[in-house]
Amino acid sequence: MSTQPDAGKTAPSDGMSASDIALAVAARKLSAVEITEAALARINKRDTVLNSFTDVTAERARARAREIDAAIAAGKHAGPLAGVPFAVKNLFDVKGLSTRAGSKINRDLPPAPRDAMLIERMETAGAVLVGALNMGEYAYDFTGENVHDGPSRNPHDPTRMSGGSSGGSGSAVGGGLVPIALGSDTNGSIRVPSSFCGIFGLKPTYGRLSRARSYPFVASLDHLGPFARTARDLALAYDAMQGPDPDDAACTTRPVEPVADLLAQGIGGLKVAIAGDYFRKNVFPEAQEAVAHVAKALGATETVVLPEAARARAAAYIITTTEGASLHLDRLRKRPQDFDPAVRDRFIAGAMVPAVLVDRAQKFRRWYRARVLELFRSVDVIVAPATPCVAPKLGQATFTLDGVELPVRANVGIHTQPISFIGLPVVAVPVPLQPMPIGVQIIAAPWREDIALRVAHALEKMGAVAAPSPRGI
Amino acid sequence: MAADPLDDYIDSVAMALGLTVEEGWRPAVRANLEVSLRLGRMVDEFTLPDETEPASVYSA
Repeated sequence: MSTQPDAGKTAPSDGMSASDIALAVAARKLSAVEITEAALARINKRDTVLNSFTDVTAERARARAREIDAAIAAGKHAGPLAGVPFAVKNLFDVKGLSTRAGSKINRDLPPAPRDAMLIERMETAGAVLVGALNMGEYAYDFTGENVHDGPSRNPHDPTRMSGGSSGGSGSAVGGGLVPIALGSDTNGSIRVPSSFCGIFGLKPTYGRLSRARSYPFVASLDHLGPFARTARDLALAYDAMQGPDPDDAACTTRPVEPVADLLAQGIGGLKVAIAGDYFRKNVFPEAQEAVAHVAKALGATETVVLPEAARARAAAYIITTTEGASLHLDRLRKRPQDFDPAVRDRFIAGAMVPAVLVDRAQKFRRWYRARVLELFRSVDVIVAPATPCVAPKLGQATFTLDGVELPVRANVGIHTQPISFIGLPVVAVPVPLQPMPIGVQIIAAPWREDIALRVAHALEKMGAVAAPSPRGI
Repeated sequence: MAADPLDDYIDSVAMALGLTVEEGWRPAVRANLEVSLRLGRMVDEFTLPDETEPASVYSA
């Protein structure tokens, strides 16, 4: 049943995929209560190393699991994620918790009165929330480090970064604590932790999944999405969370477009190309190796050039730093000492960027979107690095890319930013290199998450990508 | 008097926005602002038609 052996396995459900858990619970081979207790035990045991959780909602989870078991005993359909434990980045509202968003300041907020929309939809599908996850402060981060809560750690080497800003989400799924986690991605914050922690991550099309009752960062660029250890689990979670929501102004009114049942269609007929130029620069050998490995598995030989990708990254940077600064301006005035200093100083600088540059960045975004969409007339999928390197060591401040020493915190996302800038759907797939895994982006046209997920699933079936069992705990 | 021309700008904008920039924070703020302005120049120097709509255009 498990797709990956797990050296720390002690309970029957340890290492099980979400889809297998749901089948076992629905068939009453395992109870949701057993599954939940096993997840809580894993968190209790392994999170002393990983530090991925900031809140464990044990009693809530037990109560929810009992409800699911009762519903199944009564002959009711418990949903496609029946009994599946999941956790959320701590910028999602969880009823009864202050939504800290990785900060010290937000801990003073009153407890959230209601769950985030995506939590509600996951639980409607039968999933069981077990807690909230560590993250970089206010999501302005690619490292997974946090001065208030300590860093979430990489499950394959705890001396390395989990990636950010959804570091706890990557760490918890990569470490096998939960089969599914939710996170956010503004510039790469789902794809970077997926790459570093060796798991699958989906950043859907901008506007696909509701952001209602999650703490924002950059409204122009914020996305929410799932992490999992298999492409099928990613699709199950994605399907459960789709649907219009008037509480998020950016959320699409498109109908739900389920993907899980399409995975078996395979990838015959899809035209796959490799991102060239910008995406072949600023990479360490392991990122080149991973892209070549995935391209070979897909039979991709053609290269396409996303025009002006470096400028797209620059424009994303400008929009991010200014919208983020605007969001936090009052807190920067009143409580600057309570920020992570590295985040504070970036936000203060962001507040000082002239407005004309922001307007030009948004106009460039329109231009760039049109040019990139032209590429999708001749290709279905574009393959690109997810990160320039495997997970750096915790505390590592700089790395050298193409001979230039650059700050890690700001530059890990150089290959993800030109993609999320125009909201394209991406699945980050894990290439289990030794000693550390690394991810590759499978990029599709807007609203074609189905294609990206089908390709991820096919790569998994052919053995080209896989979430390795945690090597470091 | 500020040591770097950008410091004058930082002081002025900080005053206009009611922000405090302590001396210990200044090097990091300046470094981050330099990066933003360098990247902003990349965006600025790209010629676009006057009719280009910003991506943030709202649909009612």
